[in-house]
Amino acid sequence: MTGLNAVYRRELAAYFQTPLAWVFLTVFAIAAPSLTWRAGRLFETGRADLAPLFDYLPWLLLVLMPALAMRAWAEERDRGTLETLLASPIALWEAALGKFLAAWSVAGLALMLTFPLWIAVNWLGSPDNAAIATAYFGALLLAGGYLAVGQALSAATSNQVIAFVLGASACLLITLAGLPLALDALSAWLPGAAAEALAELSALSRFESLRRGVISLPDMAYFLSLIVLGLGAAMTLIDARRGGGR
Amino acid sequence: MILADALVKTFAGKTAVDRVSFQVRQGEVLGFLGPNGAGKSTTMRMIAGCLEPDGGRAAVAGFDSAMQRRQAQSQLGYLPEGAPAYPAMTPRGFVRFSLRARGFSGAGLEAAAELALARASLGAAAERPIGTLSKGYKRRAALAAAIAHDPLVLILDEPTDGLDPNQKDGVRALITAMAPDKAIIISTHLLDEVEAICTRAILIAGGRVMADETPGALAKLGPQGDLPSAFRALTAPSGEVISHRPGRRAT
Repeated sequence: MTGLNAVYRRELAAYFQTPLAWVFLTVFAIAAPSLTWRAGRLFETGRADLAPLFDYLPWLLLVLMPALAMRAWAEERDRGTLETLLASPIALWEAALGKFLAAWSVAGLALMLTFPLWIAVNWLGSPDNAAIATAYFGALLLAGGYLAVGQALSAATSNQVIAFVLGASACLLITLAGLPLALDALSAWLPGAAAEALAELSALSRFESLRRGVISLPDMAYFLSLIVLGLGAAMTLIDARRGGGR
Repeated sequence: MILADALVKTFAGKTAVDRVSFQVRQGEVLGFLGPNGAGKSTTMRMIAGCLEPDGGRAAVAGFDSAMQRRQAQSQLGYLPEGAPAYPAMTPRGFVRFSLRARGFSGAGLEAAAELALARASLGAAAERPIGTLSKGYKRRAALAAAIAHDPLVLILDEPTDGLDPNQKDGVRALITAMAPDKAIIISTHLLDEVEAICTRAILIAGGRVMADETPGALAKLGPQGDLPSAFRALTAPSGEVISHRPGRRAT
């Protein structure tokens, strides 16, 4: 676990030693309330809840999480520090998990920046705080899933821009899979059972029940599986580099 | 302490390292010589465990570099080609990271970091981001991270590349001072460096060991009796193997 601790601390520090975390947090702190107020019309719904925030959060996260994850391995490959990392007695799972947890911590901090909205709706009315807490938990899981997918695609290239584009595209796909528009299109091409199975893989539909305040084991298992699969794919891609040069 | 046993590595059908074998014992400083693309860095990467051989095996301090990677790497200090480092970190932060990854903590970590930074003569540069440092200081920052945990084995890929003459002397003195307790491999294009600090030299070309001698004996293989002429003679495309002692196995 010493390797995990070392990588986590280094990665977390790296986010704040460069403008990345500050820019990310600033964009999130401005974009999340703006979408909630303007597009979501928080104060015009007449309800004391944060539904407008959680309506738009998945779309914000699917852009911002790949931006946070793009540097995970692509930067190491580009700068040559991957060789230093692979020559140190750090297990690959420790490196992947350390990088993931650092990015997830920044994502968690970003979500905390929306807490003033939560305080505001409590001041204005009597929301179901347990449901809101569950929705925040779901948003954290969704962010984790997107980060893991982003990390896997960051391991596939040494170019951070390409890593971001691939990551955002993959996150868009797993989000869109649950929308009626995508389901209609899929049902035209695929047998009904296959289209339904693909819909089950949608991050958006899994997040939907959590945002309504319902915690279910399948949804939890879905997001944890997405995280494990993403990190596993990243580890496989990096480990393959031991066999093929820098 | 270092074993390379018939190491083979191919990239896209091209053999980069072809049955390279040697052994380095405690107290030896092995100079790894050869033209660019000869297979020096690839061989060192396989010993360091960041590249897996297609054939043969490598070991560090008795641990197989592929099968017992973490144990082997715990005994290893490795300076990769180009001395890569994280530009936003300070040399002190980089050295601390390297130590923390090897289980150091608290006062032991601070003392080891302080010693490594002092031995690499980083001075006030230890507190500045690596990305703002000169090439020489960047290399010394990476060197400090490689030696901080006082490993039994050091593999240094061109440790003095880009350093000014004073800095080169400093790094060479550091390597000489550490040598009695360690097994050290340095790759270099500087033949005077081999004469100055190496107890043995291996010349590699086309992925194969062409000579494995003391620097003095290697020099005598050249038509002019010096290292440059030996290098040219042994690495010329039509050069034939003059002296080859591969496969000295660990006992």
